[in-house]
Amino acid sequence: MIGALPPHPVLASIGGAIEFIFTPQTSNVTGGKEVGGIDQVVELTLNQLELTVLALALSLVVALPVGLYLGHRGTGQLFAIAIGNAGRAVPELALIAFIAAAIGVGVLNLTIALAVLGVPPILTNAFVGIHQVDRATVDAARGMGMTEFEILRRVEVPLAIPTIFTGIRGATIAIVATATIAPLAGVLTLGDFIINQNVYGDDGVLAGAIVVALLALTLEFALAGIQRLLTPEGLMLKTT
Amino acid sequence: MRIDQTKLRMVLAGVLALALALGVAACGSDDDTTGGSTAAETDGGEGGAIVSNPANGKVNLTIGSKNFPEQEILGEIYAQALAAAGYTVKSDLNLGSETVALKSVESGAISGYPEYASTALTSFFGLEPEEVPADATEAWEKANEEFEKEGLTAFEPTPLASANAVGTLKKTAEKYELEDVSDLEGVSKELSLYGSPECRQRIDCLAGLEKLYGLKFKSFNPVDIGLRYTVLEKGQADLSILFTTDPQLSAESDKFVILEDDKEVFPAGNVIFVTEKATAEKAGPDYEKTILQVQEGLTLEVMQELDARVELEKQTPKEAAASYLESAGYTG
Repeated sequence: MIGALPPHPVLASIGGAIEFIFTPQTSNVTGGKEVGGIDQVVELTLNQLELTVLALALSLVVALPVGLYLGHRGTGQLFAIAIGNAGRAVPELALIAFIAAAIGVGVLNLTIALAVLGVPPILTNAFVGIHQVDRATVDAARGMGMTEFEILRRVEVPLAIPTIFTGIRGATIAIVATATIAPLAGVLTLGDFIINQNVYGDDGVLAGAIVVALLALTLEFALAGIQRLLTPEGLMLKTT
Repeated sequence: MRIDQTKLRMVLAGVLALALALGVAACGSDDDTTGGSTAAETDGGEGGAIVSNPANGKVNLTIGSKNFPEQEILGEIYAQALAAAGYTVKSDLNLGSETVALKSVESGAISGYPEYASTALTSFFGLEPEEVPADATEAWEKANEEFEKEGLTAFEPTPLASANAVGTLKKTAEKYELEDVSDLEGVSKELSLYGSPECRQRIDCLAGLEKLYGLKFKSFNPVDIGLRYTVLEKGQADLSILFTTDPQLSAESDKFVILEDDKEVFPAGNVIFVTEKATAEKAGPDYEKTILQVQEGLTLEVMQELDARVELEKQTPKEAAASYLESAGYTG
């Protein structure tokens, strides 16, 4: 009854993982308690979704106004671009470990850590999107007597939607991916299946990976749908 | 302008990475470490110095280990000892958890690695923790019996045994009058427990505390093993899962205390070296002999001292292993 597995063909592994997602399995180390199954998978997925939504909300609140403002004024370009690039250099695992050791573990602290990952793409893309709106268009709007805020709201933001959303979608993916390792800092997410191979087995590890990928894809599609709704008709590429 | 931007980006990225690295390193170290390294107190073992046998040179061995500092130290000790005996040795430490390490031995990726008898019995062979023999020799014999069915073998155990333990701050223990784990009855509902992510489901960890002690905790929070003392110090955790070989328990014994496992939910495991029978035969008698020889000095106190050097004083496992072998008289 040793924990060794003979080499599987790929399909058999995926079959095992699918089974793990839906039906509880026995495990060597739990003393009879079963692991896996749809209830546990749903619970961990919802935890991960909750963390992602909270962190994304915080990132948006912090980064969007700053990026939009700077982009509209046309100042702080160095800062906005540098933040984006520096943000890509942040090692996620080290960030989680640092935050956990510095301010503690738990949902609140992890939200802050994940928001740190989400801010750079949102800020940079908001800046670039607004900044790249055709100056002539902005001048025309100003000439028509719109206030600065109206220009931002009615002209610049609608035209910058594709770029802004690229940033939001990038931030979401970075956040949901890193939320996978939240069990190392006090929040139970799908990473539990992946980190604890001796509890959940190879099937569990693969199942965890599959569900995380599905979660990321779902969020992508949802955001793409929202982007479509918000993009002004004139910007939509029409075929025929 | 463009050059400035690139430079600024590089500088910012470098500063951020440096700040993070420093932050992680700083948070990993403890404030009050025992000053200076004293030589590990051993009586040199009865084996004396390891003799190099040139005939061993044609045997290639790869020594592995699991993924935490104590395991890496043990792996280094065995690797360096076998090298001193004349073998051609490579090390492949930090493989992962016990299932990964076992697969590595069975596939031939490594020649052997140090396992804990209790882990082998519960994780590989499905024993309940209360079925794990408390006697070190009995546990080893039982594990060996099962290993042999798979073409593996386990060498005799070390003097040291390591186990999970429920630990807390000394002042918490005094406040609730906690000496044994059973003393948590009735009180545990008010206390939060922190442990590694795998602890939640394991019968030799939280699942066992709930089932066999009948304890219900206010909350169980998974954290990385490396944070097990930090969460206590920061006041986030009332209780934390620690290891009996942790250096902090002797270095900071006025701060941390572990509760006695009176119902034996946490089986203690002596270290046994697991290898394939075929590998042992090919390597000759010096293989087992050398390993058993250097193990003799590995008592609980010595292991704690070595763990302290790596986890608190930030030595590498290689250095700690080398200084152990030297001061115990096995090498140099």
